[in-house]
Amino acid sequence: MILDSKTPDGPLEDKWDIYKNSVKLVNPANKRKFTVLVVGSGLAGGSAAATLAELGYNVKCFCIQDSPRRAHSIAAQGGINAAKNYPNDGDTVWRLFYDTIKGGDYRSRESNVYRLAQVSNNIIDQAVAQGVPFAREYGGLLTNRSFGGAQVSRTFYARGQTGQQLLLGAYQAMSRQIDAGKIEMLTRQEMLDLVVVNGHAKGIITRNLVTGEIERHHGDAVLLCTGGYGNVYYLSTNAKNSNVTAAWRCHKRGAYFANPCYTQIHPTCIPVSGDYQSKLTLMSESLRNDGRVWVPTDNTDARSPETIPEDARDYYLERRYPSFGNLVPRDVASRAAKAVCDQGRGVGETHRAVYLDFADAIKRLGRDAISERYGNLFEMYERITGENPYKVPMRIYPAVHYTMGGLWVDYELQSTVPGLFVLGEANFSDHGANRLGASALMQGLADGYFVIPYTLGGYLAGIDAGSVSGEEEEFAAAASSAHAKTQELLNINGSRTVTEFHRELGKIVWDGIGMARNADGLKSAIGSIQNLKQEFWQDLRVPGTAETMNKNLEFAGRVADFFELGELMARDALDREESCGGHFREEYQTKEGEALRKDDEYGYVAAWEYKGDPADAVLHKEQIEFENVQPSTRSYK
Amino acid sequence: MTINVRVWRQDGPEDRGRFENHVVTDANPHMSFLELLDVMNEQLIGEGKEPIEFDHDCREGICGSCGVVINGTAHGPKQRTASCQLHMRDYSDGDTIVVEPWRASALPVIKDLVVDRTAFDRIMGAGGYVSVATGGAPDANALPVPKEDVDAAFDYATCIGCGACVAACPNSSASLFTGAKIAHLSLLPQGEAERTRRVVAMVDQMAEEGFGDCSNHAECEAVCPKGISISAIARMRREYVKAMVVGDS
Ligand SMILES: Cc1cc2nc3c(=O)[nH]c(=O)nc-3n(C[C@H](O)[C@H](O)[C@H](O)COP(=O)(O)OP(=O)(O)OC[C@H]3O[C@@H](n4cnc5c(N)ncnc54)[C@H](O)[C@@H]3O)c2cc1C
Ligand code: FES
Repeated sequence: MILDSKTPDGPLEDKWDIYKNSVKLVNPANKRKFTVLVVGSGLAGGSAAATLAELGYNVKCFCIQDSPRRAHSIAAQGGINAAKNYPNDGDTVWRLFYDTIKGGDYRSRESNVYRLAQVSNNIIDQAVAQGVPFAREYGGLLTNRSFGGAQVSRTFYARGQTGQQLLLGAYQAMSRQIDAGKIEMLTRQEMLDLVVVNGHAKGIITRNLVTGEIERHHGDAVLLCTGGYGNVYYLSTNAKNSNVTAAWRCHKRGAYFANPCYTQIHPTCIPVSGDYQSKLTLMSESLRNDGRVWVPTDNTDARSPETIPEDARDYYLERRYPSFGNLVPRDVASRAAKAVCDQGRGVGETHRAVYLDFADAIKRLGRDAISERYGNLFEMYERITGENPYKVPMRIYPAVHYTMGGLWVDYELQSTVPGLFVLGEANFSDHGANRLGASALMQGLADGYFVIPYTLGGYLAGIDAGSVSGEEEEFAAAASSAHAKTQELLNINGSRTVTEFHRELGKIVWDGIGMARNADGLKSAIGSIQNLKQEFWQDLRVPGTAETMNKNLEFAGRVADFFELGELMARDALDREESCGGHFREEYQTKEGEALRKDDEYGYVAAWEYKGDPADAVLHKEQIEFENVQPSTRSYK
Repeated sequence: MTINVRVWRQDGPEDRGRFENHVVTDANPHMSFLELLDVMNEQLIGEGKEPIEFDHDCREGICGSCGVVINGTAHGPKQRTASCQLHMRDYSDGDTIVVEPWRASALPVIKDLVVDRTAFDRIMGAGGYVSVATGGAPDANALPVPKEDVDAAFDYATCIGCGACVAACPNSSASLFTGAKIAHLSLLPQGEAERTRRVVAMVDQMAEEGFGDCSNHAECEAVCPKGISISAIARMRREYVKAMVVGDS
């Protein structure tokens, strides 16, 4: 199959308008004849469900949690970008576009990213109108902060709870439509399969997580808004229920999986404290606005940090990257932290941590100003570590945070399965090989509020409404296979728990496909994953039955998919013999240890087709064309 | 350290339920409370038993999924702390921790520690929003909002919908939850147009769901993991009285 990005012709600035001017529309009276299945209720799914219902479509929305308001998006802290240029510091749509393309290390599509920057401003308007309490100045106008990878202040925020407030905005908009009967909200449901009829996505199979019943749901199109796959690493900043299952099962039904090896390791997280650890906690990137990152110059310096004099400290980011300093992009900051720890200069009990120090900022701005900006983050840190960051520097270390890879989509957000659209973190589209801070919220909401209402209409206008009833053979077959798979997990009846397997898988993936990768490590990771997977299917123990709430069973199904995904990640990383963004191949680096990109050979999106076993996956390439920006070596020096 | 866990087990909504006692010998002060439950569950599976079900997701106090009564207090002993943010360093070797689900007729138990909180979503559906369809919103800076108002609105908007307020209230009232949303939107000009309709609809829905009335015990404020002030309830009442005077137009 040729991957057609369906990018409209015309100048970059006009492509989206050209598209909107020519896309087919669904007559208002016909909209109510269409049913759209929206899987996921995070920023992407919530905004899409609300907006499509407002337009008159019938929406059925599904989520794992007991309420749409609890989607993982709720945890986003730092902020959301937009090119409003309220601070008058020179921002433009072009600059937001350019920073995002460059931040992604020139591995994303110009047309998609430009559209994202264009609609960014509408998102802020929409959120404010919903009552989202963004931070404001005393004069009553909105205020901004700066974030990594940019030299302007374009990030809107709501204390350290921006994701919560934005998600509640979308949830409230959904609530209005649920009450009006335009959205049927099905909570505590897990999608286990996609139903494809005559080549088009027409339904999904879910497991009711309360009763255990396998359910069939049919409609005219499916929107997958199920988030990222960071939990393949076991320890990550993602919520515990985040998973790849919905996306992976779509992959098995024909949706190509793009760039699975592009994963983001966030530089500022609370370090691991023990092997009972169940997840990691992010400390927002916004902290790098005022916090200074350092380690002792001498690796034998065991003094407590506040007593170490200036000349015995190495502010390594400021030293290596004088113009961006502590605000270099995430991949750069993470690798730099790993490098100083590898040199034995890490701090704390485990020596896998660096300091993030606010002493200077507190001296300069006062404790109140710092507490106003970061109070809830400081509190969170103290709760977890028992240390007070107003007094001693935070200890931080990189952790898995976000996945740029995901299901391949074209300009219309449609996957390689017609009728299956993918939004938010679940798709691969806008962040290339590295996502800049505050741009995932922007992308999820752009997809849901402002892109899909147009592009989905274009698809629906070309098909007949209500063409399936859910009684087709494809539904029965998918339902019985979902049922059989669930039963299979219960029947193994071995000796090891799903958590044990997941933790072990996570370690393999972290060691082999983490912050730095090399061919030997990747090959050995593939072998280890295959062995462990085999063991999983022979020795897993899932207690209980399928006919009741059984969270262990849910997790087992997700871990089973993580095994397959993990192997594909390694194969993708092995194929990509270059370093770019979050994908750092040790064999391909400059003398200074920076990523060495090879645009001529690897300037493509790697889209993998499922063929049964990850080893047989077929690689399809979408060449990325640059007509407006000139790919250059990223420099933050 | 060793921790004795006395935990509620209930097979389903119809089951009467009972306490079970378990001993976790390899607890650790750095562990979170939910990690203690994880370790206990791993142990149970090892013994051929079923683990105890509990809701959790973010494990950092923001999604509102977790929430259990710990030694008689919703979310446990620490103020402004959700169950998932509690750490074992606040307990001592040999302590017994009693863990129960929220208990309120409007939040029925589904299984073990998991309860049904969908009543909250229905209260929100009755009016917890601003009716503004996507597109056509004015420029975000078209309407300045005094910082004090936004800050106050924010304090109410931080509600995570966990249900601790209901669990702690002797009347099982959802007034803090409902009042927080009403207070948030009533402090912003964007919420103005639907002010009257909103408060009446949400308060009525709350009653319809079977939540009790507020009689000023303030237990809700004491357990709220976000520290939401009961001034939310006073605001809700004021709005309600005003709405009655103006009429539900
Ligand atoms: C701690 C943290 C902080 C962050 N801070 C920021 C920030 O400051 N700025 C920023 O821009 N980005 C931030 N991000 C990234 C951003 O939050 C996410 O990328 C984004 O919220 C993802 O939104 P989403 O709608 O795509 O998916 P999610 O919010 O993950 O939603 C997924 C939805 O899909 C449902 N679902 C999943 N699987 C299934 C299934 N099998 N069946 C049915 N339903 C399913 C879930 O129930 C949920 O409703 C942060 C991320 C983390 C982890
Ligand atoms: S698990 Fe999210 S608030 Fe506790």
